[in-house]
Amino acid sequence: MTRENVLALLSGIFFGSGLAISGMIDPARVRAFLDVTGNWDPTLAFVMGGALLPMAVAWQVEKRLRKPLASNYFHLPPTSDIDWRLISGAAIFGIGWGLAGICPGPGIAALAVEPISALLFVLAMGAGMGLHRLIFKTRSFARA
Amino acid sequence: MPGFPQAAPIEGLIGGLLIGLAAAIILLGNGRIAGVSGLFARAFGISSGDTPRQLAWAFIAGLPIGAGLVELVVGVNANFPTPPILIIAGAIVGFGTQLGSGCTSGHGICGLSRLSKRSVFATLTFMTAGVITITMMRLLGLSP
Repeated sequence: MTRENVLALLSGIFFGSGLAISGMIDPARVRAFLDVTGNWDPTLAFVMGGALLPMAVAWQVEKRLRKPLASNYFHLPPTSDIDWRLISGAAIFGIGWGLAGICPGPGIAALAVEPISALLFVLAMGAGMGLHRLIFKTRSFARA
Repeated sequence: MPGFPQAAPIEGLIGGLLIGLAAAIILLGNGRIAGVSGLFARAFGISSGDTPRQLAWAFIAGLPIGAGLVELVVGVNANFPTPPILIIAGAIVGFGTQLGSGCTSGHGICGLSRLSKRSVFATLTFMTAGVITITMMRLLGLSP
C-alpha cells in the first residue's frame, strides 16, 4: 500500500472512532441536536467544536507548506462562488439529515455497529448519488 | 451537563478532536479534503475527479473499522429509524450532497475551519433545513 493510502486509511479509522466515541453514530442523538424547540441535546456542537480546533491549526500549517507530506500538491476545492447548486444541494441534504439523523460519515461508520440499518441507508445514498450523476451527466465535475 | 441531562460534552469533545485530527491527516498528508460524501462517491466511481479511487476506498473502509473498534472496547449506542425512513433519507442525502458538493464533514468541518464562504453558506443551509425538518415532523406527529 502506498504512503498516501496508508494515511487515508489511518484518517478513516480516526474519523470513524471519533464518530463512535462522540455519540454521532446514534441517529437519535443527532436528531436531538436539530430538535431545537424540543428536548435539545447540544452534544453535536461539542463535536463540531472539537473537530474545528485541530483543523484550524492544520489550515495555518497548510498555508506554510509548499506541498503535502505524501502528495505533490494540494488538491483543494474552491471557496467562493455561491450558486443555486450549492444552496439547493445543502438544503436537500439537510432535509434528509433531519429525517433520519444520519449523514454520510456516521451512516458508513455504523456498518460496523448496526449493519442492516446502515447498509439500507448507504445503498440508498449511493442510489441518490447515482441519480444526481444521471441528471447532471453533462456537467463537468472538474474540481479546482 | 446542567439543564441537558442527556448531553455528553466530554465524549463529544474527545470524539470531535479525533475527527479533526483525521481531517488534518488527510489535509496535510494527502493535500485533500476529508469529505465523506465526496470520497464515498469517488470510491464507487459515482463521481469523477482527481482523487485516486484506492485512496478514497482506504478512507471509507477506515470509517467502520474505527467505529467497530470503539464498539468492541466500550460499546456504541445507536437508535436507528425504520427501514422506509432509512431508504428515503439515504436517497435524499446522497442526491443533496452531490448537488451541494459536500456534507457535514467536507463543508461543516473542513470548510468552516478554512473559513470558506461556500462552506459557511452550505453549513448554515443544511443545519437550518435539518432543524425545520425535525420541527415539522414533531408538529405533524411523525416519528422516524
